[in-house]
Amino acid sequence: MPSLPADSFIALKRTMDLSTQLPQLLGLAWLMPLASFVLILFFGPKMGHHGRNAAWVATAAIVTSLVLSLVAFVSWLGAHPVSAVHHGGDHGAAHAEDHADATGHVAGEHGGDAGHAAGGHAAAGHGPIAYSGEWYTLYEGGRLRLSIGWYIDSLTILMFVVVTFIATCIHVYASGYMHDELHDVTDHEVTLADGHHLHRPGRFPRFFQALSLFCFSMLGIVIAGNLAMVFIFWELVGICSWFLIGFYYERKSASNAANKAFIVNRVGDFGMLIGLMALWGALGTLQFADSSVPGADGHAVTKPGLFSLVRPADHGHALRVPDGMVEFAAAEKVAHTPPSEVAGKVDAWRAEGFGRWLLFIAGVGIFCGCVGKSAQFPLFVWLPDAMEGPTPVSALVHSATMVAAGVYLVGRFFPVLTPDVLLVIAYVGAITLFIAATIALVANDIKRVLAYSTVSQLGYMMLALGVGGWAAGLFHLVTHAFFKSLLFLCSGSVIHACHTNDMRKMGGLARVMPYTAGTMLVGCLAIIGAGIPFVIGLSGYYSKDSILAQALSFAQANPRHAILFYAVAGGAALTAFYMFRLWFMTFAGEPRDHHVAEHAHESPQVMVMPLVVLAVLAVVAGWTLPGGFGIANLLEQSRPVGTVETAVGGFAFGQTLTIPAEYLSHGEPFHSTATWTAFATALGGVLLAAAMYVWRVISPAAVASMFRPVYSFLANRWYFDELYHALFVVPAHGLAAVASGIDQGLIDPFINFLAWMTRQVAAIDAWIDRTFVDGLVNATASATWTLGNELKRLQTGSLRQYVTFIVAGTVALFVIASLFFRQTLAG
Amino acid sequence: MTLGLAAAAPVFGLITQPVSVAHYLVVGAIMFVCGIVCMAMKRNALGVLMGIELVLNGANVNFVAFASPYLQGEGSRSLGLDGQVIALFVILLAAAEAAVALAITLNFYNNHATVDVDRADDLKG
Repeated sequence: MPSLPADSFIALKRTMDLSTQLPQLLGLAWLMPLASFVLILFFGPKMGHHGRNAAWVATAAIVTSLVLSLVAFVSWLGAHPVSAVHHGGDHGAAHAEDHADATGHVAGEHGGDAGHAAGGHAAAGHGPIAYSGEWYTLYEGGRLRLSIGWYIDSLTILMFVVVTFIATCIHVYASGYMHDELHDVTDHEVTLADGHHLHRPGRFPRFFQALSLFCFSMLGIVIAGNLAMVFIFWELVGICSWFLIGFYYERKSASNAANKAFIVNRVGDFGMLIGLMALWGALGTLQFADSSVPGADGHAVTKPGLFSLVRPADHGHALRVPDGMVEFAAAEKVAHTPPSEVAGKVDAWRAEGFGRWLLFIAGVGIFCGCVGKSAQFPLFVWLPDAMEGPTPVSALVHSATMVAAGVYLVGRFFPVLTPDVLLVIAYVGAITLFIAATIALVANDIKRVLAYSTVSQLGYMMLALGVGGWAAGLFHLVTHAFFKSLLFLCSGSVIHACHTNDMRKMGGLARVMPYTAGTMLVGCLAIIGAGIPFVIGLSGYYSKDSILAQALSFAQANPRHAILFYAVAGGAALTAFYMFRLWFMTFAGEPRDHHVAEHAHESPQVMVMPLVVLAVLAVVAGWTLPGGFGIANLLEQSRPVGTVETAVGGFAFGQTLTIPAEYLSHGEPFHSTATWTAFATALGGVLLAAAMYVWRVISPAAVASMFRPVYSFLANRWYFDELYHALFVVPAHGLAAVASGIDQGLIDPFINFLAWMTRQVAAIDAWIDRTFVDGLVNATASATWTLGNELKRLQTGSLRQYVTFIVAGTVALFVIASLFFRQTLAG
Repeated sequence: MTLGLAAAAPVFGLITQPVSVAHYLVVGAIMFVCGIVCMAMKRNALGVLMGIELVLNGANVNFVAFASPYLQGEGSRSLGLDGQVIALFVILLAAAEAAVALAITLNFYNNHATVDVDRADDLKG
């Protein structure tokens, strides 16, 4: 083979440049599930017997996505090796230099890549490594510019790998779990009017179709390069969730749950829209990163994105209300200032506080969307009901990925959030984690325990982000995705075997379901953050400890908000208790219901395999290898610009807030205190659960009756559903009744009167038509008919008569002609 | 009646006149009327055909009579044979017509065993 010239290798290398390669790889990974969705949508029922092969199509698509994501991950690591980020003892000014060194090589490598052939734009300089660009412009007009673009950093790639990996496991699992749908289904939970149970055809392809669409939408949120695109896929994810919760839509409970999820999410999205409008109205862009757009003179112009508007480089990347927002808020003053002097006065107005409320509202608005999607207080009520969907859906959509989208967006949007917004986020997270954990203590439905546990863990992540633990929150998001999908799949396996969700009917299942019991134990240990302090632990050990440490660091910096730390620590104990209560009630001891125990069996291999794989990951996902490779350090590469150092700010709550730098929490005294706190609380929770459900030293029933009011308060889920029913559903129904009364009492009679009038006019019209118009036509016809009948009699058939007529006629003609034309003839 | 006689007076006057075109016309008219009457009165189809011949030949006499050189204008460029040519055409037509009519009559006879035209009323309205 002839050797190629050297410069063709260089050319090849250039085309393989990361800024071109990553969007291609991840874009393809993103579109694969869409292709699967379209295929199943059109050809699903024709794919084998009852669409059996739809599972293969969907699984093949998501596996391809996984492979492409892994390739992207590997090539990312090749260009940006992950190493431990050292924050030495001399914090302060020296630290900034240190960090610059850690990411400095990026600046050199990609500094000149702006305006690359693919339109790629690599962030350079003192900040995170990120690639951004656009594939397609949806709309461009005036100040509005909507595009399908990408923003790729290590967080994006990590999320791609996590989402596609968990989705792959769940696709495989679901192809076993959903086998009932391969033939006609008799739904015993739906009784028809005639007293029979509903009998319907299986919907196997439909399930995988929705699953594929969901994966596409979720990956769309992750890769999105601007907030408008996030919003589009945000809503797509919402509709997928609606499809999947309502998969058994003949069941009243399922269709109600689907509607509830959808409507509650709309409430959050309303806030998100306000945030989007605040941002776009004041800043005129929704792009995350700087983008190259064609300028007036044809040359590419760099248009600053949200991140650099809020944290401009010439301000040391510190948070500053952008000029656009200041001018927007000070519109009255701008109107009375000559245009040439506006720019000079912006700083003065900013100092007066103009625009900071706008930035606050933008942040809180975006967070509102996340509150809905991530099931935070007060919009968490939909998530437990969403467990009406099939268990693989609960695992993928309602625990590991979709509900994490809110946390992801807060993480992605982190640079724009002011300390006040972060405080709101932290408190919402704290309230959520506490409420959900307490409800989980007394829930008896195995999936609902996990659902409230999910809500509680999402609260953890929000709280972590709110107290400045950017990496801690997202780290927990990743580890939680692994162990929570594992826990849900285990619960699905249990439900599959027992045909019930009620833990009071289970017990002693460890003997018949060893794999499920073992993997679920791993999941429980991971979620409570089990580990040997300072030596090694499961994935949850690392992520939860970093949250605790950051919360402690925040509590010390802001003593008025110390309660946030206690919420986290107390939540950890509650988590340990309810998770082990679940495990003990399900797997340990003697069977409580022999009918259930007799039929229980280990699930098929296709369902056990994903459990084992996820269990392994639930153990190792948090580890940091000796070279520094690990998720925590990988995330550090994407740490938002300007959030490395401790930030001080806040105006909305009449006090100054300090958001401590995250690296501080990795040091002493926070780290060891947090570790010991986590270990002690988790151990306490587990021991209490064991005392109540294994050793039976304390009787749960006795405790319940001792604290009867508290117990019923918790068992009724803090009466949130009742409260919302009274506050929103009843008034809405009342309003609907009034509207319906107006409709039926006023509008309908009016419409009916109009209809009656029209009928009367039409009747008159019809009479005229029948009498005159039809009469004329009929008269003509009958006259013609009669004439014809009369003339017929002339045609006698007698030849001799005809001759006579001819002669008589001719003579008559001559006579008439001679009468009229006498002159001419005579002439 | 007086009016009728008065109208017919020129015709009676012709008897005393030398033979002219008008005399021919009278002969042609008589033949024509005889033919018409024959057609109208005869029930026998062959009689009707004979009447037709009479009508055609009455017309022929008229054509020839009108072709008289006495009626040609001064300096006429024509040969003056128009009437004769048309008469020949009519004879030809009459022959063809007679052939067709006789064929119809023969068929009619085959079907109805008669040639009475009063029986041929299948086409009445």
